Amino acid sequence: MQALRKHIHPGWFIIAPLLILVATLYLSPILNILWLSVTDPEPGFGNYAKLGESDALVRIIWTTVRICIITTIFSVTLGYSIAYAMVHCHQKQKNYMLTLLLLSFWISILVRTFSWLMLLGRNGLVNGALQDIGLIAEPIAFMRNELGVLIGMVHYMIPYAVLPLLVSMEALDKRVMDASRNLGATGTQTFWRIYLPLTLPGLVASTLLVFILSLGFYVTPAVLGGGKVLMVAEYISVQLLVTLKWGTAAMLAALMLFGVLAMLWIMSRFMKLSTVFGGAAR
Amino acid sequence: MLDTAPTGSLQIRDVSKLFGSFKAVDGINLEIQKGEFLTLLGPSGSGKTTLLMMIAGFLDISHGDIALDGSSITNIPAEKRNFGMVFQGYALFPHMSVRDNIGYALSVRKRPASEIRTRVDEMLELVQLQDFAERKPTQLSGGQQQRVALARALCFAPPVLLLDEPLGALDKKLRVEVQEQLKDIHKRVGTTFIYVTHDQEEALSMSDRIVIMRDGAIEQVGTPTVLYERPATKFAAGFLGKSNFVHQAGKTFALRPEKIDLRAGQGNEGARASGVIRSITYFGSMQRIIVDTSAGDEIEVDIDVWRNQEMLSEGADVDLLWNDEAAVELRET
Repeated sequence: MQALRKHIHPGWFIIAPLLILVATLYLSPILNILWLSVTDPEPGFGNYAKLGESDALVRIIWTTVRICIITTIFSVTLGYSIAYAMVHCHQKQKNYMLTLLLLSFWISILVRTFSWLMLLGRNGLVNGALQDIGLIAEPIAFMRNELGVLIGMVHYMIPYAVLPLLVSMEALDKRVMDASRNLGATGTQTFWRIYLPLTLPGLVASTLLVFILSLGFYVTPAVLGGGKVLMVAEYISVQLLVTLKWGTAAMLAALMLFGVLAMLWIMSRFMKLSTVFGGAAR
Repeated sequence: MLDTAPTGSLQIRDVSKLFGSFKAVDGINLEIQKGEFLTLLGPSGSGKTTLLMMIAGFLDISHGDIALDGSSITNIPAEKRNFGMVFQGYALFPHMSVRDNIGYALSVRKRPASEIRTRVDEMLELVQLQDFAERKPTQLSGGQQQRVALARALCFAPPVLLLDEPLGALDKKLRVEVQEQLKDIHKRVGTTFIYVTHDQEEALSMSDRIVIMRDGAIEQVGTPTVLYERPATKFAAGFLGKSNFVHQAGKTFALRPEKIDLRAGQGNEGARASGVIRSITYFGSMQRIIVDTSAGDEIEVDIDVWRNQEMLSEGADVDLLWNDEAAVELRET
């Protein structure tokens, strides 16, 4: 024991149970999936080779990436304006807005998805109202297509986009903006030259968060896409539960994991990731 | 003197600021001369920063008018006033180099790059930071950051420079050094400086004139000498330097500790008061002696360490002496 202590800092003993827990419950399933992707149904890279053979697979991945990029752009843009409004309004209004934000955060994704169906479906509230006042003859196809999926996903993602931005905007020294005004900069100049660069870490954090979470969307595309918009998560579930091709499912899951890691790596080339994840920007 | 725009004079006429029903600044009248180094001195909550923010244009004026060289600027927004400002904590742009920070004002005015470069070099030389042009503010010491803030505020040759407690974040030794530099820079650029501080030593050592503020109003205005030698009120006497208050014949007098002399024993010729030494504190360059007088006042006396060795012990009887002009009669407030 004494000899052991010489080589290992006693702090490790304290966090050892946690480390073991994380390793067994988190790392081992991931390793298992990686293992499955190269062993099922037969050893080798056959599953990965399918990417080159199957147009369907490539189409699914492309659909997923496209939807995620569009979702991210809209969520982060809207989230930026919401966070800006929250930081710059009165405390009372801010608390009000924060409550609304968290409220939508807490409502189950199923409930929120089906509400969109009721609002924007063929016989939904909006189409019904527009038809009744005679603006349109045929219902507009909001749902059961990519547009529907995008509406649902952007709506779900906005709170995730707002929170990192809110933190980063609140940490800003307001006097820096005053200094910019004092030095003769217009509001637009101050925004592009001071405000945006200083909130960039929050913007990147929010973009990463939304994009990564979007990759795994399952319920929303399934319900609002009406079976026409197949994304990776839903396809994985089909492979697991219906066609029982676990190898293909594991390969797709591994691909997503590597995709996310690659994104983080590219990001780290351009900026210190610690600033994105809440570290001080020095 | 550096190549700068003409300096400006400011006229502050009956200016008030209300926050709800609270009067943060209450009817201030003040003429600030061209090229003057004017200090707004007061405790926190005295309205000095509020007044400065109104001059800068960050706060609206509730009543009254502020004019630059006679023409009103009350309705001109902060970004159009062209006043330089050194902020508390400096408010440097953390993502920009020292050079870009200093050149910002010229760059947002879309001046040619060559002109900006020349001017920034001039400014870097003025604050002696030539070797730090490409650094980020976080890579500088507090004193260097302060100089960047000063150079940034002076770069576009403003007619008036506003300084909001610019030395507050520095340690005491550095502060004295920076005071000297500030004074020197003021002389070289010739711009009107309006300086806000709660530090009376800073105010005394740098200012042409000091405005002592209290509860949003002006308590007294004057040169450092006048304010120190002839304080008008108890507040002014107590805030600027140390002061004893002596009550005689129904009047209150301010009496600076260094203007009192001590004599051993009682009944000395010319004694103004007598009492017992309560405590002696040694400060190196002088010693502070607290005397309880028979009239019931507590009087602090600062005297040279080498004097009066033999009679100075706690509990000893002493007489206090001072000249007529040392005791300044105070206005009732």
